[in-house]
Amino acid sequence: MVALYAVGTLTFLGIRAFFVPHSFGQYGHYRGAAITEIAAHPIHFAGHQTCETCHADVQEMKKTGMHAQVSCEACHGPLAKHADDPSIQPAKLDTAVLCVRCHAASAARPKGFPQVAAAEHSNGLPCETCHKPHSPAISAGGAK
Amino acid sequence: MTTGVEGYMYPNEITLYWSVLIVLYPYITGLVAGAFILASLERVFRVDAIKPTYRLALLTALAFLVVAPLPLQLHLGHPERSFEMYFTPHRTSAMAMFGFVYLWYLMAVLTVEIWLDYRRDIVVMAQSSSGLKRWIYQVLTLGSNNISERALAIDERVGWLITLIGIPSAFLLHGYVGFIFGSIKANPWWSSPLMPVVFIFSAMVSGIAAVMLLYMLIMRLRREKIDMLCMDTIASYLFYIFIIDFSLEMLDLIHRIYEADESFRTLNFMVHTKLYFSQIVLQIFVGTLTPIVLLALTQVLKLPEIARKRIYTVAGCLTLIGIFAMRWNVVIGGQLFSKSFLGYTTYKMALATREGLLMSIALTILPLFILWVLVKLLPPWPEKVQSGTSAASAAN
Amino acid sequence: MNISRRQMLILLPAAAVAWESVLAGTPESSPNYKMTDHWWSMLIDISKCIGCGNCVRACQAENDVPDGFFRTWVERYHVTDWHLENPEVISPDGGKEGFPSVTEDDNGKYFFVPKLCNHCADSPCTQVCPVGATFISPDGVVLIDQTYCLGCAYCVQACPYGCRYIHPQKKVADKCTLCYHRITKGLTTACCEACPTGARQLADLKNPKDPIHEFLRTHNVQILKPQMATGAKVFYNDLDGSVR
Repeated sequence: MVALYAVGTLTFLGIRAFFVPHSFGQYGHYRGAAITEIAAHPIHFAGHQTCETCHADVQEMKKTGMHAQVSCEACHGPLAKHADDPSIQPAKLDTAVLCVRCHAASAARPKGFPQVAAAEHSNGLPCETCHKPHSPAISAGGAK
Repeated sequence: MTTGVEGYMYPNEITLYWSVLIVLYPYITGLVAGAFILASLERVFRVDAIKPTYRLALLTALAFLVVAPLPLQLHLGHPERSFEMYFTPHRTSAMAMFGFVYLWYLMAVLTVEIWLDYRRDIVVMAQSSSGLKRWIYQVLTLGSNNISERALAIDERVGWLITLIGIPSAFLLHGYVGFIFGSIKANPWWSSPLMPVVFIFSAMVSGIAAVMLLYMLIMRLRREKIDMLCMDTIASYLFYIFIIDFSLEMLDLIHRIYEADESFRTLNFMVHTKLYFSQIVLQIFVGTLTPIVLLALTQVLKLPEIARKRIYTVAGCLTLIGIFAMRWNVVIGGQLFSKSFLGYTTYKMALATREGLLMSIALTILPLFILWVLVKLLPPWPEKVQSGTSAASAAN
Repeated sequence: MNISRRQMLILLPAAAVAWESVLAGTPESSPNYKMTDHWWSMLIDISKCIGCGNCVRACQAENDVPDGFFRTWVERYHVTDWHLENPEVISPDGGKEGFPSVTEDDNGKYFFVPKLCNHCADSPCTQVCPVGATFISPDGVVLIDQTYCLGCAYCVQACPYGCRYIHPQKKVADKCTLCYHRITKGLTTACCEACPTGARQLADLKNPKDPIHEFLRTHNVQILKPQMATGAKVFYNDLDGSVR
C-alpha cells in the first residue's frame, strides 16, 4: 500500500512537470507570458497624438478654444482603424446627441461647467449653427 | 427584465456568482467531517455503545466525500482547468489548499482506515465469493492476504493511529471550508474568526444526525431491531454538540448586534427581509431550537422506546434542514447585499442548468446511491443469514 | 479627401511608421518599455467629472466589455444635509448613457464618482486566487491570465470594490487591465483618452516627472475604503465622506 502511494506521488510530480506552463514563476506565482499576451491586445482608440500627426489644422484650431483639452476621440469615438487605414472614413457625428451629453443642464454637474437647457437655449437650432465644436466660443465665429 | 435590485448595488454585484452548488459543498463536506468524528468517538475514546454505527459512519463519510468536489467542479467556469489547483497551488489562497486537504483526507485517512478495518472481511470474502465479486475483493486486498492474529493486531494499532490523525484532519477539512468564507475581509457577513469553529460544530451536528437517520432507515429496511442504547448515546452527543453549536452561533449574532459596526444596519435589514424565512424561521426556530428542545425532552423525561425513535427521526430531519439553511444563509446571504451597504439583490435559482435545482438534488441523492453500493460491497454488519452471530458480535 | 493606405505611407511616412511601431510593441521587446521602471496608478478628480459616461463607453469599445458588466462605471451620489451615511446612489447601466438631469436642489448636493479597479498593491483578489491566474504585474497592474483562470469567482467575492465579474461568455474572471495594452506602448488608457474634462489621469508613481507627485502634494486626496488596507492606487481628489 505504501508503494502504491509512493508511485502515485511520483506520477503526480511527473505529470506536474509536464503540465505547468514554462513561463510560470518567471516574475511571481503566475504565467509570465500572460503579461505579453495582455499587452498584445488590439488598440481601438488611436490617441490624440496619432490624430494630430495628420490633422494639424484641427489641432491648431482647437489649441486656443475651450475644447483644447478634449481629445479627438472623446467626441469622434475610437478611430484606430482610421489611423491605420485613412480610407476608412469615421462616422458622421450628430451634435444633437453629442453636445448635450456633456452640456445638458443638470444640478448634478460641477457648478462652473458650461451647461444649457438645450430646448430653451437654441430654440431647436442645431448647436453647430453658433458653436464650432473644435473651438466653441461664439466670438470665434459660427460654423462656416 | 427585472433585476430584483433594491437600493444600490455595484453594477457587477447584481449577478450572484456562487450558486446553490456552493451551498451544497460545505453541506456535504460537513456531513463527511461529522460522520467521521462520530466514528472516531468509538475508535479513539472507546465508546462501545455506538459500535453498531461505526462502519456505517465511515462508509457514509466516504460516500459523501467522493461527491464533495462535484459541486465545486460543476460551478467552475472551466472545470477542465481544475488540475491547475494541484500543479500550481497558490500559497496565499485558502481555496488552493482544498485539493490537498481533500486528497489527504480521502487517501491518507478515510480509505486507509476503512481498508484496515475491513481487511480481514475482504480477505474472507475474496475466498468465499466467486466470479466478478471475487475478482473485486481480490483487487481490494491489494495483495495482502495475511489475516493472522498478529497481522490483525497490527491493523488494529495502525487503524487507531490513523483515526487519531483523522480527527484533526476532519476538523481541518471542514474548519478550512469555514476559513474560505471567514477570511474574506471584503464581506462582513462572512468575515469572522468564529466562522471555522461554527462550521466544525455544525458539521458535527449534521454528520451525527445523518448517521443516526441512516442507521434507523437501514435497520428498518433490513427489518432488524434498532439498537436503542446506541441511538440514545448518539442522540445525547447530538444534543450536547448542538448546544455548543447554537451557543457559538448566538455568540456571533449577539456580538454583531452589540458591536453594530458599519455593516450592521444593512445585514440586520437583510436578515429581517430577504433572509427572514431561511434564517430566522428555518435555521434558528425549525432547524435548531425545535430539535434541541425535542432532544432535551428525551434527556430529561423517561420516554418509551417508540416515542424516542420518533423524536430522534423528527429531530434528525429538522437538524439536516436547519444545517442546510445555515449553509444557504452563509453562502447566498453573503451575496445578497451590496458591499457598498446601500442595496440588495435577489438570487434566482435556475431549474435545469448546470448550477440549477435539479443538479443540486441529483448531487444530494448521488452520495446515498454510492453509500448503497458501498454497503452492498462492504457490509457494515454481518449478513442476515448469520443473524445469530450478529447479536453476539454487537455485544462484543 | 480620399487617401489610401499606400498614399498615406508616401505622404506622411513618419506618422505612419510611428503608428505601426505603437501597434507592434511588446513590453519585453520594446526598447522604450521596462516593466520595473513603472508603477501605474490613476488620479480621479471628482470636481471635474460631469457624468457624461464617455469613459464607460470608451472602455467598452476598447476592451470588448460584455453588456451589463463594467470594468469602469460612474455613480451619481445625492447626499442631503448631514446624512452622510445614507447617500442616494444611482448608476443606470453603469452611467454608460449619462444620467437623468436634475434641477437645483437646495436640500443636498450631487456629484459623480467614476469607479474602476483600484490596482491595489496588497490586493485581496490576487491573494485568494487558488492557481495564480490573477496577479499584480511588476509595473503595478492587477491582471488576469484568462487562459489559466478556473472561473471559481473567489476573487470576485474578495474584491471590496465590486470591480470584478465573471465574463458571461468566456466564463473566466474579467476586470479593468488599466488598458495594459495601451500604457505599455506609451498611450494613455481609453477612459482617460475619452474623458473630456481631464477628470481621469493615468499616473506613473515611479516617474519623478509625472504631474501626480505635484498634485498629491497640493491636494486633499483619498482612496476608497482605506479601512480595507488594500493599498489602492486609484486616488480621488475632492472625495466626499459618503462615498463607499
